Amino acid sequence: MARLSPENEVLAGQIIARYPRSRSALIPLLHVAQQQDGWVTDEAMAHIGELLGLTPAEVLGTCSFYEMFRREPVGTYLVNVCTNISCQLLGGEELLEHVEQRLGVKAGATTADGMFTVEDVECIAACTEAPCLQVNYRYFHRITHQGFDALVDDLRAGRRSDEIPPHGTTTRLRQTIPAGRWAGVGAVGLAPEVG
Amino acid sequence: MSEQTEVKTTVSITIDGRTVEAQPGELLIAAAERAGTYIPRFCYHPRMEPVGMCRMCIVEVDTGRGPALQPSCMIPVAEGMTVATESPVTKKAQDGVLEFLLINHPLDCPVCDKGGECPLQDQTLAFGPGESRFVEEKRHYAKPIPLSDLVYMDRERCILCDRCTRFSKEVAGDPLITFINRGNATEVNTFPDDPFASYFSGNTVQICPVGALLARPYRFKARPWDLDQVESTCTACAVGCRMAVQSSSNTLVRHLGIDVDPVNWGWLCDKGRFDFEAVNAEERLRAPLVRKGDELVETSWSEALTAVAEGLGAARDRHGASSLAVLGGARLANEDAYVWSKLARTVLGTDNVDAQLGDGLPAAAVLGLPRATIDAACAAGTVILLGPDIKEELPVLYLRLRDAVVHKGLRLVELSPTETSLSRLAAASLRHRPGEVAQLMGALLSGGRGAGPEVAEAASLLGDGPVVCVLGRASLAESPDSAVAAAATLLEARPGSTFLSALRRGNVHGALDMGLAPGILPGRVTLADGRDWFTSAWGSLPEAEGLDATGTLTAAAAGEIRGLVLLGADPLSDFPDRDLARRGLAAAGFVVAVDAFLTDSSRLADVVLPAAIFGERDGTTTNLEGRISRLNQKVTAPGSARVDWMIAVELASRMGADLGVESLEEIWDEIERCAPSHAGLTSDRLRTAEALDGLLPAATLDVETEGPPPTMSQVDEPGSNAAASQGMDHLPGNVQTEESALGSGTGSGPGPEGAGGADSMAAAFGAQGDTADYGEGTTPAEGGGEAEAIARTADAATEGTTVGEPSGGGTEGAAEERRAPRTIRFARPGGPGGPPRLDSYSLRLVASRRLYDAGTFVAHSPSLAPLAVGAPLRVNPADLERLGLTSGSRIRLSSSRTTLVLVAEADLGVPRGTAALVFNQPGRGAADLIDATTAVTDVRLETLAEASPVGSRSSRREASGG
Ligand code: SF4
Ligand code: SF4
Ligand code: FES
Ligand code: FES
Repeated sequence: MARLSPENEVLAGQIIARYPRSRSALIPLLHVAQQQDGWVTDEAMAHIGELLGLTPAEVLGTCSFYEMFRREPVGTYLVNVCTNISCQLLGGEELLEHVEQRLGVKAGATTADGMFTVEDVECIAACTEAPCLQVNYRYFHRITHQGFDALVDDLRAGRRSDEIPPHGTTTRLRQTIPAGRWAGVGAVGLAPEVG
Repeated sequence: MSEQTEVKTTVSITIDGRTVEAQPGELLIAAAERAGTYIPRFCYHPRMEPVGMCRMCIVEVDTGRGPALQPSCMIPVAEGMTVATESPVTKKAQDGVLEFLLINHPLDCPVCDKGGECPLQDQTLAFGPGESRFVEEKRHYAKPIPLSDLVYMDRERCILCDRCTRFSKEVAGDPLITFINRGNATEVNTFPDDPFASYFSGNTVQICPVGALLARPYRFKARPWDLDQVESTCTACAVGCRMAVQSSSNTLVRHLGIDVDPVNWGWLCDKGRFDFEAVNAEERLRAPLVRKGDELVETSWSEALTAVAEGLGAARDRHGASSLAVLGGARLANEDAYVWSKLARTVLGTDNVDAQLGDGLPAAAVLGLPRATIDAACAAGTVILLGPDIKEELPVLYLRLRDAVVHKGLRLVELSPTETSLSRLAAASLRHRPGEVAQLMGALLSGGRGAGPEVAEAASLLGDGPVVCVLGRASLAESPDSAVAAAATLLEARPGSTFLSALRRGNVHGALDMGLAPGILPGRVTLADGRDWFTSAWGSLPEAEGLDATGTLTAAAAGEIRGLVLLGADPLSDFPDRDLARRGLAAAGFVVAVDAFLTDSSRLADVVLPAAIFGERDGTTTNLEGRISRLNQKVTAPGSARVDWMIAVELASRMGADLGVESLEEIWDEIERCAPSHAGLTSDRLRTAEALDGLLPAATLDVETEGPPPTMSQVDEPGSNAAASQGMDHLPGNVQTEESALGSGTGSGPGPEGAGGADSMAAAFGAQGDTADYGEGTTPAEGGGEAEAIARTADAATEGTTVGEPSGGGTEGAAEERRAPRTIRFARPGGPGGPPRLDSYSLRLVASRRLYDAGTFVAHSPSLAPLAVGAPLRVNPADLERLGLTSGSRIRLSSSRTTLVLVAEADLGVPRGTAALVFNQPGRGAADLIDATTAVTDVRLETLAEASPVGSRSSRREASGG
């Protein structure tokens, strides 16, 4: 899939309607695109441009500024292994080596089945829990080689799909809080849309 | 006297110990520059919003809280501000900024186009550190990469100043290039496979402060220190942008925009910027050609001119002067147009002259309607747009109008047959059937009652006062009558309204001013009004009013035109009705073409005379406001090509007449004396600094506009300093302005003194004998003194004033008193009613232009020619469906003239009942369908696949085949 699907186009329309200026919907729509395909395709950027009255170049300018919008295909699970100093001192490099071996790809690559993409990253702000890694930006602290193997087995078996949705999935935490729970806040215009 | 006279209107600041008065709100960097202190900068550009991107302009500023480093392009001046641009702290900051910028910069100056005129080089030398501490490997990119067909990008050299990206978004409105990625990886680029196809892309190359953006036509062609330049005016369209024309080894290599406040603000369109390639083209005509049987063969000027004189003379003697006609002249300078106008009226004896090829508006309307300037239109509050797609035909006028809409709140009310580039920016954009704009204007001005809510809403935008109207020809497939009637309606309903012409041809306004239109004499007077004045000046005038281009070609087709001169005109390509042009040329008897190239039409001529063109001649040109500015010569014309006015003078001489002019200056003096609209515009005034912005004749100024009075000169405005604002500050400072005399060297032409003019002229033509009588006989340009001429300036336009005689051979004439004729006033022409009814099977044709077309200059510019790609027929999807056609399918398109096979595409911008084609693209097209003698052209569409029933889907396969 490339452009936004019909359902997502409807969703896009709802998102655009939330903003006084349609351009403000650009980042939310990029999230929709990434959720749809796991990454942001050129076609989706062009489509978003059409929806917002922007040139594709303007969409690309914003999209490429944010590194978590991926413009290349990414596996269902993006594994970010920290190799910065604290993690390195506690075995981060060895952890990365193990991850590469276990998944059979070098950092920067994706497994043939499209399940995993491995990357080495700079400090992810969990130094006290070193060595650590993230899968789709969910933290795994003080992770051992065996721990990682078990994680891979779980993920392959689909046992943790609730906890770790596929890459690109956005959460809608704010939007799922019932309106009543925002008592008082709605009055100043912060009432969330439900759904 | 009000009590406010004492209030201080400036802001006092101290720059390096000097107290300076600045304008309130002025940016510190601009105020310092006006006061003579140059603060280095990369991203700041006076025609764009400041962004504070590069930090090069950082200086120590103290506003009372102690000195602090601040970017001077981001802070407005404040009373009492103290600024140190040379303090050790400032110096250290500048050193640091430059050292950082150079970390990523490849320093490949020796192979960089910008080297020698590069702000980064120059400012590093002037303000930077001697050495860099960066010893690591620099970043590398593939270089250069094409951003478009015209612009290349070297990302290693880019310093991320945001000038090009800001220009494309803020000024051009084509945000096709942008910053991509972040941090050290940031680069300027396009979206993949979506090139920087903007009509204004060349401006980014000019304003890039480094060699990151490169123009393909200029790349590796010259080094800045080899360049020689003059200041001139672009004549690729009628906006008249000022530019520097640069050459190397007698070859034009580059045009750069010059910032002229009333016109182009430093910008050029890509057509004007890159069409110098045509001047250099191999295909230029270098020698005269005469027909020998089926072939045109090279010959000498002497033989060619004799053939022309005999051919035209014989036609005149046998069939009368009205069997002669002159078509074209919009390529000419004003001086050429005047001399040709005089030649046609006096020597040939015909009034069949027309600089427009049936593609403009009647001269009486263009010259007679009260005028508006570009500034007045932009300041008007509301402007009615009635004409072509301005972006396609007058690109820099589009930039000015766009700026006024986007940044200054101008409201556009557009009346057009299809959507245009300005529709999206318009406060109201109303559609009309081809040929029915007058009706829509009527409805609009009567408040829109009964014409639908859209018209009523648009009407409410207009207020009740006079308005400014941009008036042109929206479609070549309809007669201009309806547009003229609409103008009349506007003028009647809103007296005091003014008009900005949207005619596109280079110097068409100058040619009309000089009388290259039937019934119009130089100086915007009618043949009837000017009869006495010009008979006295010129000796004789044709009796009857002549034919326009359509009339001439019709008469020619009927065998009534026996001698035809094509002055840079190519009716087979440019006249809206190719069939009529073909029949007219075929039957025109003796045809002479004065042209720079062999065109479809000049190929049919009996004699072809090679002409010098833009860049090869001096003179003046007139833009769509009526603004007169100078053309300067930069290179010599190829072979023996000659300047048009010299050809006219020489031709007259072969026909036994003396036009009495020997130099451009003499011609201009005669224009100033004889042409009432130009009285007072002496050649001395054309040489002043104020004339660099172009001068408006009194007859143009004599209108009441709602906006501020049109500016004749803004030399004091900060923006008008071309060097400072345009990245031209690093070119060798030899822009010829005041010095280059009007009459100065056209290669082999007469010198500025006039002395020896006859000799050099004779030499130029290689025919001494024939020019022996130059300077003898009557010289019409010797009449009324300068004082009278200037006195005439103010009121010549309104009513005839008693002044010295226009000419009249010597002192006697000057003593006699005579009335200058009044300039033409617009009157509603009695015209036919509305266009005929449209039958339900037909669509009404709209033929509009694209910037890149099959015109000679584009066709002979290798960089531009591939951009004229043709265009499909555009039809409303509902009509396509009604006719059983699919978008993208090949169809048969028929008019009363012929049938073409084309691709039809659905386009919501085309209203129902209308079919839109682009005119003058390579190959057969709109001109083959149009019947210029009818008010509108109706066409029918059919599927190409005969066998398939109408409405079937089988046309899909056709589409893939096409
Ligand atoms: S390409 Fe030139 S103008 Fe554009 S950002 Fe880079 S340095 Fe500035
Ligand atoms: S807008 Fe017209 S005058 Fe200006 S650069 Fe383009 S072609 Fe030349
Ligand atoms: S170094 Fe790994 S999280 Fe900080
Ligand atoms: S010129 Fe001021 S920050 Fe660039």
